[in-house]
This record gives sequence, C-alpha cells and structure tokens, in this order.
Amino acid sequence: MSLTAADVDRIIKLLDASRFDRLSLEMDGLRLDLVRNGGAAVARPAPAPAVAVPPAEPAQPTPAPAREAGLVEVKSPLLGIYYRAPRPGEEPFVEVGARVEPDTIVGIIEVMKLMNTARAGVSGEIVEILARNGELVEHGETLLLVRPDR
Amino acid sequence: MAIQRIFVANRGEIAVRILRTCRTLGIETVLGVSEADRESLGARMADRVLCLGPAQPAQSYLRVDTVVQAALGSECDAIHPGYGFLSEHADLARLCEAEGVIFIGPTADQIEAVGDKLRARVAAEAAGVPVIPGGSAGSPEDACLLADTIGMPLLVKAAGGGGGRGMKLVEHAADLAATMDMASAEAEAAFGDARVYLERYVRSGRHIEVQLLGDGEGRVIHLGERDCSVQRRYQKLVEETPAPHLPPATRAAMHEAAVRFAARLSYRGAGTVEFLYDVPRDAFYFLEMNARIQVEHPVTEKVTGIDLVAEQIAIADGRGLGVSQADVMCDGAAIECRINAEDPDRDFAPSPGTVSEAHWPQGEGIRVDTHVVDGARIPPFYDSMIAKVIAHGADRAAALARLRTALTEVRIAGVTTNLAFQQAVLADPDFAARGVDTGFLARFLDRAKAAA
Repeated sequence: MSLTAADVDRIIKLLDASRFDRLSLEMDGLRLDLVRNGGAAVARPAPAPAVAVPPAEPAQPTPAPAREAGLVEVKSPLLGIYYRAPRPGEEPFVEVGARVEPDTIVGIIEVMKLMNTARAGVSGEIVEILARNGELVEHGETLLLVRPDR
Repeated sequence: MAIQRIFVANRGEIAVRILRTCRTLGIETVLGVSEADRESLGARMADRVLCLGPAQPAQSYLRVDTVVQAALGSECDAIHPGYGFLSEHADLARLCEAEGVIFIGPTADQIEAVGDKLRARVAAEAAGVPVIPGGSAGSPEDACLLADTIGMPLLVKAAGGGGGRGMKLVEHAADLAATMDMASAEAEAAFGDARVYLERYVRSGRHIEVQLLGDGEGRVIHLGERDCSVQRRYQKLVEETPAPHLPPATRAAMHEAAVRFAARLSYRGAGTVEFLYDVPRDAFYFLEMNARIQVEHPVTEKVTGIDLVAEQIAIADGRGLGVSQADVMCDGAAIECRINAEDPDRDFAPSPGTVSEAHWPQGEGIRVDTHVVDGARIPPFYDSMIAKVIAHGADRAAALARLRTALTEVRIAGVTTNLAFQQAVLADPDFAARGVDTGFLARFLDRAKAAA
C-alpha cells in the first residue's frame, strides 16, 4: 500500500477541518508531516529501518526540488553503471510516459559484472529519465522522475 | 604512460593529503565518499566526488567492487588507497591488476607476503633480518639448550594464547623446567592446547620503523627511521625522526636490514619495516612490514624534503625512484602529535560531533595535516583522529619547543579532544630528555591516576 497524491489531498482536508495545527503520519516506510500555518506537505522517507536491507531493493522516493511540484525522484540504490534495458539492443524497461508501480524494474545497476535491479518504489507516471544508459551513477543519484498518482 | 586522473579511495586527513599532492602534480582527482562525508573538506577539493554508499564503512569504503567500478566508471587511471580501509587488502590490488587500473601500492602478492605474520617472519630470517630469538622445545633438555641461546630473562608462551595471555616470565635458568611444566598445564586448562614455546623477553623496548621506497625491480632505498614508542594500547600518539639516542651503528644496521627485507621481495612503492628495539641489549628484531603510506609519514617528509605521495605516484606510473640513496639527506628533527576526538577522562572514549570552530597553528617549521575546518562533522563511524600537528627544527629540542608552542595555538570547539593530554605528554621530562620505551605511556597514565 502506498500513498497517492489524492490520499494526501484528502488528509490535508481532514487536517483543515480539524482543530489541530500539525499532523505526522508514518506508514510503509513513508512519513508525512503536515503543518497548518504556511507549511506545505512534505513527504519523505522514514528513517532507514535497523534491519539489513538487500542493496538493490526499491529505490527511495523523495520529492524533487524546484521542478514540477510533487514529482518523486527515483534514486539509484547503489553506485554502478546504469542500463535502461536488460541487454544491449533490447527494449528499455521503461520509457517516459510509462506507468510504474513500486516494484516495476526501471533499470539495471552493474557493479563489476554483478547486475542489480533498480525498482521504482512509487506508483505513477514517468516524466523524465535523467540517468544515461551505460554511464556511471553514484549511490543515491536520481535515475528518473515520477509524477505520483493522484 | 602517465597517470592523469587518480581515484582516491579514502577519507579524512589522508584524502586531503593525497588530493593536495595531486593538485601540485596537475593530476585530476575523483574522491569516493560515504554519505556521511559528502560535505567533507576532501569532497570540496576533489575535481569530482562519487558517493560509494552509506556511512558504515562495510557498505562504502570497504567495498572492493564498488571502489573499482567507481574508478573505472569515472575513467581514472589509478587508485590511491591511503592507509587503513582497503590499503592492505590484496583483493583490491588484484582486481586493479585484472582490470588494468594502476594500484598505487605494492603488488597483491607482496601485500599477502607481508600480511601473513608467519610468512613474514620466515622471509625476514631468509633475508638475514633478525627476528626475536625463540622457538618451541619438546624435551626439558631441548628447552635448556634453547634457553642458553635465547638468554635470560625469557618468556614461556602458550601456543594457543595471544594478546598477552598465557605468558610466564623466567628470570633464572634454574626455574625453567618448573615454569614450563606449570605453563603447559595452565595452557591445557585455559586453551585446550598444552604446547608452549620460549621467546626472549624485552624488558625495555622501543618501536622503531624504517621508511622505504622500492621501484618494484629490486631497487630499494630507505628514508631514515621513525620512533613511535609513545603508544597507548598499540595506538601511536607521538612519532618522531630521527629516533633519539640510538647508537649510530645500530641505526645503520636497522636501515640496512629493512632494505634487505624489501629488496628480497622486489617491493614496489612506499612501505615501512617495523622493529622492536631492545634497549638493554642494544639489539633489534623484525616485527612486521606495513605495505602502505603511514599516518606518521610527514615527519620523514619534513626532514628529507621528499613528498612520499608524489614518490608513490611516480613509482606506480613506472617512472621508478626519483632519488637515489645518496640523494637522501636528513635535515634536523621532526615530531608529530596526533589530535584525536576522544576524551582522556573517559578512558579515551570517542567524542564524535560537529566542530563549531577549528583553528590550527601556522609558522616556521609547522605543518598541520587535517580535514577539520569550521563546521566539520566527525562521524561516529570512523577513526577518531582529526589532525596531525608536525614540527620541524634543527634538532630534537628545537622541534619539541616548536611543537609545544604550536599546540598552545590549537582551538577546537564542539568536540572533546586529547589536546591537553598530548600537551602533558610533551611536557614530561622523561620524554623531553631521551627516547622513551613502549611502556612510557602506561606509566605516565598510572602516575596521572595516582596524582588525581
């Protein structure tokens, strides 16, 4: 289960109608902080859980600064070479305009011939692919931008 | 072939140190950082910064594959590993060899040859380098013969022991058989292994090491020695060159032994052979070889005027040694003092945090190697050393006076450091008067405790 923009809208309305000034919600690795006076909704990943996580699990979505409001940055879970397709000459995993779900594979990150899959980690539509095929991406680098479902 | 871009696989002051030499040489740099070091001084100095992974070293600085992938992906010709982390992992050197990236250091085989203590001891004996006399003895008669060659006093050590456990001191030959019986029975009970061996006991020892450079073709030169006897639990705190009050013949013999050891391996790059110097006997024994640049290398640079990192790069680039043995001149004396973010009042517990203000001394003969500037963060994941303050002078007394003055100018706010403790060590009359032995700091701490 993930939080869509529509869900956030509904939660904002709930807060607006209430007598509270602040709301914090944590669920499924997401944390939502809402503040009434001049505060915009900020969704950010909850602190990393203390358990060991396999390195190539879904990338962590965070909001993109100063682009179209509400876009989610899908980040590389590790440093390596980014590939858009399973093999050279094959169709890319995803294109701009494609719909993704949290477990949709958006690319491969190669570390010394070891292939790791990168997943979207969010539901929505791909707006832009920033990482270039066959080039190095660092740990935490933004691979693509997703407009989350509303 | 000329190295044009170097990947620096380290952090802290040594990353900054390597980046500075690269800058001087006009070599481009790529620095691999963890998430905790994105804002570090090194990250600001490097031409490009790549995040290797999370703060925990096992997920960033210690990942061989990630480091090599980062170097390849950023089109670096060479990797400088610094000290610690992957510097003495043969895996990294080997992967570099396989991928055609220059590893700025020895070959993977050389790292393995000196990394294994037993192999290194055998290699030292083969090179005619003295090792601490000792060995195992089966029968009581054998033990007596062996004890004669070792000399008194000696230690009876449990083969299954280690770290100071399972040792007994024998002062007189007459007590040997009884002590061995007792030690053997105790070793059986404690370690499930009754085997014991004999080793010469060094009542007063100093840690003296020789700096080497090898071209990988069999040519090896030395750049003098360093005395690192001021140690707390094997952690060096103060290092200096030359080693004070060392008989000239012993000093020369040490240099020659270190060169012989490394030459026999056709050692490539910068390395250090460590010796235990037995003060009462005026003898020295091989301890180990470190196959890397060392923390305390600046004292050697100060007296010789040779940039060891530049030499490492030149050797890795196949240009051989930039200086011959006859060119190496040691001018005066230099002393280094390590400043650590740790609390001497809480048993030297690490004191991570944010440095709100950092002021380091400057002036004639003073050098400070540090990554700590105003606002620098000291993450809890890494070594607590935040700076090395080095002073050079015409002789030891002049260098020591400069170092003491320099330390009074240090200001560090925001984290607790060992600065005042180091000042007290440097003010100690024993330290000022002569070369101290490795037991000095423990005695110093006991005295301080008794006085409190």
